[in-house]
Amino acid sequence: MPSLLRNGQIEQDSWLPPTEALAPGHLATVSQYVEASEKPTAVQIEPGEGIADVLENLDSLELVAVNFPAFMDGRGFSYARELRERGYTGELRAVGAFIRDQLHYLSRCGFNAFQMDGESALEAAKASLNDFSEHYQAAIDKPQPLFKRRAG
Amino acid sequence: MYVYDQYDQAIVDQRVEQFRDQTRRYLAGELTEEQFLPLRLQNGLYVQRLAPMLRIAVPYGLLNTRQARMLAKVSRDYDKGYLHVSTRQNFQLNWPELADVPDILADLASVEMHAIQTSGNCIRNTTTDQFAGVAADELEDPRPYCELIRQWSTLHPEFAFLPRKFKIAVCATAEDRAAIHAHDIGLELVRNDAGEVGFKVLAGGGLGRTPVIGSVVCEWLEKKHLLTYLEAILRVYNQHGRRDNKYKARIKILVKAMGVDAFREAVEAEWAPIKDGANTLTGEAIAHAQSFFTTPEYTSYTDSVETLTNQSANDPIFANWVKRNTCEHRVPGYRAVTISLKPTGIAPGDITAEQLEAIADLADRFSFGELRTTHQQNIVLADVPSSELYTLWQALQKQGLATANIGYLTDMICCPGGDFCSLANAKSIPVAEAIQARFDDLDYLYDLGPIELNISGCMNACGHHHIGHIGILGVDKKGQEFYQVCLGGSQSKDASIGKILGPSFGREDMPDVVGKVLDTYVELRTEEETFLDTYQRVGIDPFKERVYAKPAA
Ligand code: SF4
Repeated sequence: MPSLLRNGQIEQDSWLPPTEALAPGHLATVSQYVEASEKPTAVQIEPGEGIADVLENLDSLELVAVNFPAFMDGRGFSYARELRERGYTGELRAVGAFIRDQLHYLSRCGFNAFQMDGESALEAAKASLNDFSEHYQAAIDKPQPLFKRRAG
Repeated sequence: MYVYDQYDQAIVDQRVEQFRDQTRRYLAGELTEEQFLPLRLQNGLYVQRLAPMLRIAVPYGLLNTRQARMLAKVSRDYDKGYLHVSTRQNFQLNWPELADVPDILADLASVEMHAIQTSGNCIRNTTTDQFAGVAADELEDPRPYCELIRQWSTLHPEFAFLPRKFKIAVCATAEDRAAIHAHDIGLELVRNDAGEVGFKVLAGGGLGRTPVIGSVVCEWLEKKHLLTYLEAILRVYNQHGRRDNKYKARIKILVKAMGVDAFREAVEAEWAPIKDGANTLTGEAIAHAQSFFTTPEYTSYTDSVETLTNQSANDPIFANWVKRNTCEHRVPGYRAVTISLKPTGIAPGDITAEQLEAIADLADRFSFGELRTTHQQNIVLADVPSSELYTLWQALQKQGLATANIGYLTDMICCPGGDFCSLANAKSIPVAEAIQARFDDLDYLYDLGPIELNISGCMNACGHHHIGHIGILGVDKKGQEFYQVCLGGSQSKDASIGKILGPSFGREDMPDVVGKVLDTYVELRTEEETFLDTYQRVGIDPFKERVYAKPAA
């Protein structure tokens, strides 16, 4: 069972990655999700995929995973912002090749779960979540930009 | 100028500690080369041909004398005692040790400086007019908006891993001195029909391999929407910009591929849900930013101009320097001074620690303790009383900083090129030096009039060769260094991309080639025409014929 960092804690998880055909216990791909008559509750987004259908049914989802095939591919950051801005409140999980030094930005964009290989990597990654205590921009973690907090 | 509060300081300090840990993990083998690469780049650290290069941010080119002195100190403590002013108004150290960089950044943080996002695939240092705030032709001071953009873009969580680098420039004058047409996003402060000041927004400009002039995506944007609109553009780019080919990854390629109308629609669609959202600027936020860029306490001089006239009459060399290197100020009795970092024999933009300290002392005495870097790689003291120019000039002479060539051929823009940069196809500094050495007769230069000569060592175009009146580009031909020449580029209001003259040349031919181009101009010009005017009238052919003419047998 893979472990992951969820809401700052190391936890076990039973969801399995997408497979060719939608199967119980596996995340759906976006196209499986679109085609399914009964909407799955967990879906994994790949960079470049259109997610209009996913955005329409956010209430019925409990898990959205976003894959980072390469850590330099920053498209996942925008997916996360968009999902949260449209009101998604369930688990938003980063999977794939992202690195620990991106955790702080990822969590600011709305990710609350991070799947990484190895218990020690997860333990070390925890520290990176808190690299900064202050930020200029409004983001998902801090809905007010600094220029408003300064004024208040 | 902008002064940090506890928030800004905390962010910069925490950034230093973050990078210290990243460097430690890299040196301990816990971070791979590939993983460390974007992390160090986003802290301004390149690994160059001979040593690392550290690029230190000077937000929109403005710094105080405390910062200038710290830069000088850092260059002495950790480097070879000199610095380089880049075409993005930043300072570069050419020889720091990787392991020292966290300490350098900590020293810089103590004077409110950093190297955040001076490199990498993220939003870079926002640039503006070097005469912002003092220009007579300015609609409004652009620097408060640059500062708002700086804060918004600094450590922006969503846009740190873009397809490619992203550059924003802001201007507020009809004569665009910030080259906004050559930026990923260009912003111009303009009035709408109702007389209100807002932003004209351009996107998709850029140099590099495929030079493109930016397209207008919004004719007039209300100020309060500045950040949300930028966010929408960046989001379209982050999601749809190409990531498969780094030469096609800039936003200009996306805007071209989509067409500007479709691009605008996509931006509007992204913008609709975030418009009026949390990042919408408040009047208070704008006023707060503006409060840092107030008018200094100018003295009203009654005899200032007269003193200058007398001094000029007595000393023609001084008079010439005043004519070439100073310009009009919106306050009578003051002038803005450009200190040339282009004397013959020095790499354009290089400055020693001692010279920088001397300029800092002069800025304290004569220019309210502030100085500015320019994208032409010079330094500006923006607020000098006319009556003090003579003393200032004498002090600059002692430092070898009184070259009177601003705007002329030898005031050229030149990237570090093959001497330092690992991406280079060819060296650029020796070409600059050879041209400077050939054309060092100032009277000849003045007779030629204003000419911008720009040199880049490769397609990345850091020397902006496409928008020089004369552009020189280093190219590689079967492992040999050659140089391609283009003519007729322009970075001002009527921005244009230069045309390639023809087959490239060897390095030793370059002064001759430039000489023939200049001769052609001198022969064909009418009395009133500048180089660019003549070029625009006669086209490239006469230049081509002259340069490629077979020598008479
Ligand atoms: S233009 Fe090329 S050679 Fe010159 S600094 Fe840029 S990348 Fe290096």
